[in-house]
Amino acid sequence: MAKAIREVYGEALVKYGRDNPDVVVLDADVSSSTRSSLFQEVCPERFFNVGVAEANMSGMAAGFASVGTIPFVNTFATFISTLGLLPARIFGSYANLNVKFMGAYGGLSDAYDGPSHHSIEDLTIMRALPNFKVYVPSDETLTDWLVKHAIESKGPMYVRLSRDVFPSIYEPGTKFEDGKGKVLRQGKDATIVACGLMTGLALDAAKELASEGIAVSVIDMFTIKPLDTELLLEFARSTGAVVTAEEHSVIGGLAGAVSESLILGQAYVPVGFVGLDDCHAECGSYADLLRKYKLDVSAIVAKVRETVEKKR
Amino acid sequence: MGLTAERKAYLEKLCQKFRRDVIDTLYEIQTGHPGGSLSVCEILTALYFEKARVDPADPQKPDRDRIVLCKGHAAPMLYRVLAEKGFFPVEEMKTLRRLDTRLQGHPSIKHTPGVDLSTGPLGTGLSAALGMALGLRLSKFHIKTDARVYAILGDGDVNEGMTWEACMSAVKFKADNLIAIYDWNRVQLDGKSADIMPQGDMRAKFEAFGWRCLACDGHDVEALCEALDKANAYPDGRPVIILADTIKGKGVSFMEGQNAWHGKAIDEASYKRAVAEWGGE
Repeated sequence: MAKAIREVYGEALVKYGRDNPDVVVLDADVSSSTRSSLFQEVCPERFFNVGVAEANMSGMAAGFASVGTIPFVNTFATFISTLGLLPARIFGSYANLNVKFMGAYGGLSDAYDGPSHHSIEDLTIMRALPNFKVYVPSDETLTDWLVKHAIESKGPMYVRLSRDVFPSIYEPGTKFEDGKGKVLRQGKDATIVACGLMTGLALDAAKELASEGIAVSVIDMFTIKPLDTELLLEFARSTGAVVTAEEHSVIGGLAGAVSESLILGQAYVPVGFVGLDDCHAECGSYADLLRKYKLDVSAIVAKVRETVEKKR
Repeated sequence: MGLTAERKAYLEKLCQKFRRDVIDTLYEIQTGHPGGSLSVCEILTALYFEKARVDPADPQKPDRDRIVLCKGHAAPMLYRVLAEKGFFPVEEMKTLRRLDTRLQGHPSIKHTPGVDLSTGPLGTGLSAALGMALGLRLSKFHIKTDARVYAILGDGDVNEGMTWEACMSAVKFKADNLIAIYDWNRVQLDGKSADIMPQGDMRAKFEAFGWRCLACDGHDVEALCEALDKANAYPDGRPVIILADTIKGKGVSFMEGQNAWHGKAIDEASYKRAVAEWGGE
């Protein structure tokens, strides 16, 4: 049974942070939700719960970074990209300090709490910040690697995590590279570029499409910024159609990043977006929300068919 | 550890020079913030020339004290003081706010030697200063246990809720190596602070949060140095704030207490008037 991404995150924080005296962890009274509490248990002297004060937490992290420590900021994704944004911008982006923003409960994964707690615009906001790198892990193994990568690499970073269980995609020990997407499947008719939960769903969609004679490639574009433009353009040209799939608004996130790169790379192929269509969702079970707002396998299948159709 | 009469006179003379040079610069470049620069002059001078441990020969020295100018719009005075201290040539003041300058409109850690943090948006600096103070206790660079972080706040900073979030956290985390100095000139961009956002009893507010509060005349370098000594003398687990009474536009009679001079370009007539006040040099 796969573990929830938040558990994997909390455990990775302990695994890579415990013996590294530079790692400090901050949380804003949601440590039992984000699972940063696991770090608190083993390193209480390097854990700072600031209460419900996200802006202050984001600012404190900058101070920590400026004196050589590696701060991990933890709260719900939507509060990082809103309340935490001003200090993230002036200190993380402009001052280019080494702060690691870990957005818990990404997308609709805080399903029952409803749209006030869903994060559907965080990727758009955080990737617009100069110097920031932005990642969305698609499974346990990649989440674990991203925590290690956050500690080992310099510079401000936003990682969008999830509350939930994602299907396993990678073998433990898989090698990842910063800025390099992963090709998970090759097919000649279209390319699905996905991130987060949608990557696993895209693989399922690809199988379904194969049974009806449409062969698609699937790329896990966990690195939203920098985007792996080279890989994207190669597949856009070879397959002639691109569909993005993300648990996020179709405005500005993965869809935005991919569109920009396709246009700049002069790869004028039909594109389709799977994501929230400029709307807030509602509360409900996670599975119900994904179905209703067309963030599921059948939505990806339909979008690929529609996009492939445009090639003719 | 009082100042000698000679040292006091030297610092006062420096302040006089800094004020004149900043007005010269701001007149020349026709942009920048005179009011808040003039009010913070003695505070910066007392820190950089008397109390803070900083080294222009090694601006990134890990165990140095940190100074965060939360009220980043007072950058011209910060730059003038840093230049005098030897972080960069005084002539570079001419490039302030010009394209390709190292002296950005607001302080920038990436551009200017001696600047410990990029600031500008009010209300954000105290949180970062707190993080620095706590980090200095933990980090591998933690060589000198008594490294201090000085955060200079202005009236605008205490309008922002984030400042009060930082106040609470500083007490919780026992940041007694954090020393805030409130350049309390009681004027902000749109008017008197009492009209824009009444502050009530600031001392009572900070003390209610658990801070140790000191007060002094923010234009008296000797009083500032004494307050800084006191702030450093009794680390007792509490952060300290020095409420420094200042006057916006201090030193130019027609700018004093006037919100209009918060960020206004200095016209020729005003410039000549200011110079005449200083004896027409």
